[in-house]
Amino acid sequence: MKIKRSMVLVSNDPLSLERGATEVFSQLSQEIKSFGLEDEISLSMVSDIGRSDAAPLVIVYPEAVVYGPVKTEDVRFLVEEHLYKGRIASKLQAPTKEISGKIAWLNDRAGTVPAEQRIVLERAGVIDPDSIGDYIIHDGYQALGKALSEMKPEDVINLLKDSGLKGRGGAGFPTGLKWSFVASAKGDKKYVICNADESEPGTFKDRLILEGDPHSIIEAMTIAAYAVGADEGYIYIRGEYTIAQARLLNAILQAKEMGFLGQNIFDSGFNFELHVHGGAGAYICGEETALIESIEGKRGEPRPRPPYPTTNGLWDKPTLVNNVETLANVPPILRQGAEWFKSFGSPSSPGTKVYTILGNVNATGLIEVTMGITLREVIAIYGKGMKNGANLKLAQTGGSSGSIIPADLQDVPMDYDSYAKAGVAMGSGALLICSNETCAVDLAKVLINFFRFESCGKCNPCRIGNQRAYQILTNISEGLGTMKDLEDLESMSKWLYEMSNCGLGQTAGAPLKDILAHFRDEVEAHIKLKECPAGVCAMSGVTVAV
Amino acid sequence: MTVTTKESRDVIKTVDEVVDEFHARSEELIPILMKLNQELGFISSEALERISTRMHIPQSQVYSVASFYHMINTKPTGRHVIKFCESAPCHVAGGREVWEAVQKELEIKPEETSKDGKWTLKTTSCLGVCAVGPVMMVDDDIYGNLTPDQLPDIFAKYQ
Repeated sequence: MKIKRSMVLVSNDPLSLERGATEVFSQLSQEIKSFGLEDEISLSMVSDIGRSDAAPLVIVYPEAVVYGPVKTEDVRFLVEEHLYKGRIASKLQAPTKEISGKIAWLNDRAGTVPAEQRIVLERAGVIDPDSIGDYIIHDGYQALGKALSEMKPEDVINLLKDSGLKGRGGAGFPTGLKWSFVASAKGDKKYVICNADESEPGTFKDRLILEGDPHSIIEAMTIAAYAVGADEGYIYIRGEYTIAQARLLNAILQAKEMGFLGQNIFDSGFNFELHVHGGAGAYICGEETALIESIEGKRGEPRPRPPYPTTNGLWDKPTLVNNVETLANVPPILRQGAEWFKSFGSPSSPGTKVYTILGNVNATGLIEVTMGITLREVIAIYGKGMKNGANLKLAQTGGSSGSIIPADLQDVPMDYDSYAKAGVAMGSGALLICSNETCAVDLAKVLINFFRFESCGKCNPCRIGNQRAYQILTNISEGLGTMKDLEDLESMSKWLYEMSNCGLGQTAGAPLKDILAHFRDEVEAHIKLKECPAGVCAMSGVTVAV
Repeated sequence: MTVTTKESRDVIKTVDEVVDEFHARSEELIPILMKLNQELGFISSEALERISTRMHIPQSQVYSVASFYHMINTKPTGRHVIKFCESAPCHVAGGREVWEAVQKELEIKPEETSKDGKWTLKTTSCLGVCAVGPVMMVDDDIYGNLTPDQLPDIFAKYQ
């Protein structure tokens, strides 16, 4: 094999493709040839690296120069300057945005910047996701080999328990414990399911893992199957994620060919078959029992729990259901040990968390940082400050089913325990940052509209409650609210939480509770003064006195 | 994907082909409906009846599954389907203004099909490309960082 002196990567996430990444790629290939450099330079496509503001990106290693947005007409200049003459083509570099607004550091963190720490996204954006060879060179399938040749199933589970890994889908349930439930459940047949039905608004972390590093999920699921005693698995992936689906199917074929999946894996006598099951557009299918119903070919309506899937899951057999990000943590923990994993994050929440940063900040995108970073730090460092130097008014954490938190909670460390103490749901890791131009009533209305649209309709509190709450919020936003509405919203939030069958209805009340707890004055202004302080709501129902 | 209507004998033939492809297994009902949706544009009553007969599942149950999932149509759509993201991250990033402009530009309301049969307008929950909100999909194409003034050029690309 010839040694290549440079590696050129082109981003191929959906947005990059839409903006001509394929044309840029073929132009690059052509120009590299025309300069006679094809033996010295490798060229491949990689998934999103979290800089979608400048897509499509061209990244050149070893210098790690990021160019973007790159157009086909820029390619010749880029190849000539950087790859032929060895000078960085600075005019094509992706813009770096200046930090604006005031940054207040936490006292004990003064002068230090919490750097990104990539564990689950370590390979995303670095390797060619369609190449199993790339994955293997980057330690791929090492953890599976170790598990099957050196460890008993209970050793794997104990290691996960020691690591303190918690489920990254939102609920934060200890992963090792869940695995031990399935392992000890009685049954002649067991299943492992990867929940890749990522539909929480503002969340796309699982998409980047699946698109950028599909083999890591296959490896993790095979390890999980070995640990709990399953021989069949499903990846339930939302229907909209077509690229991720295609990459998974390709990765499964490759893994089978190499003997990492199928019969007698690594000559250990262990068998595992893996299927990909596409969703058809239903947010509720992210709920694990609804997901199981959907795999069985039915409406995605959640089952009453208990019994839990760990004993009565798919086809009524013991079933392990884990989120994509949770699974992606498994191979690194097996390779490097529980102590290594616990060296990141906080004692109660070890490891890293992938966050998506959205809303009124200068740089939106995705980061993977250790547990315990604060919102203020995320906005200042990774969000590059608030847009137009505006002030932070509120943030909405964890997608629609998370919490609306006011600016004065921005210094709470983001880990499971600290957030639980502050009454905030960590959720899926979406951080929607909102400036003064956001109206709390309008935001709650949008969130409740989402639940109204996505409610499966099986239980009354959720089906009727969300409909009713939406009507009340609409009335308030049109200047037709009454003070009695506030009481109604309060009890509705309580009823949704206490009486709904599943997580969707239970969390739907959160935005109602949060706006009344933190932004009551603003809601009352809509009712008493018939005014929207943020100037967002149309107040169209108000007749102006002449 | 441009949607065309099929003659009824083709509907039966298509249903049979797809049902056979999945060996008429009841747990494959959703993949079967998704594939038929793609090939037929929507699940007509004729298609429903045939699926029910071939798979030995009551029509009411087939319909209840088909109508549950947003990506499966139980009504005919226009030639091009717009899915506009209505979720909070797109909303606060300027989605509200763009959404109003879309309805004005096409002169249709959500869930409606234009009189000439060209456009169907739908809202959708998160499409998973939130870093570039506001976002909409036209057929299989994703458009991000939308502003109201980009809309006429985008819509003009579709015949």
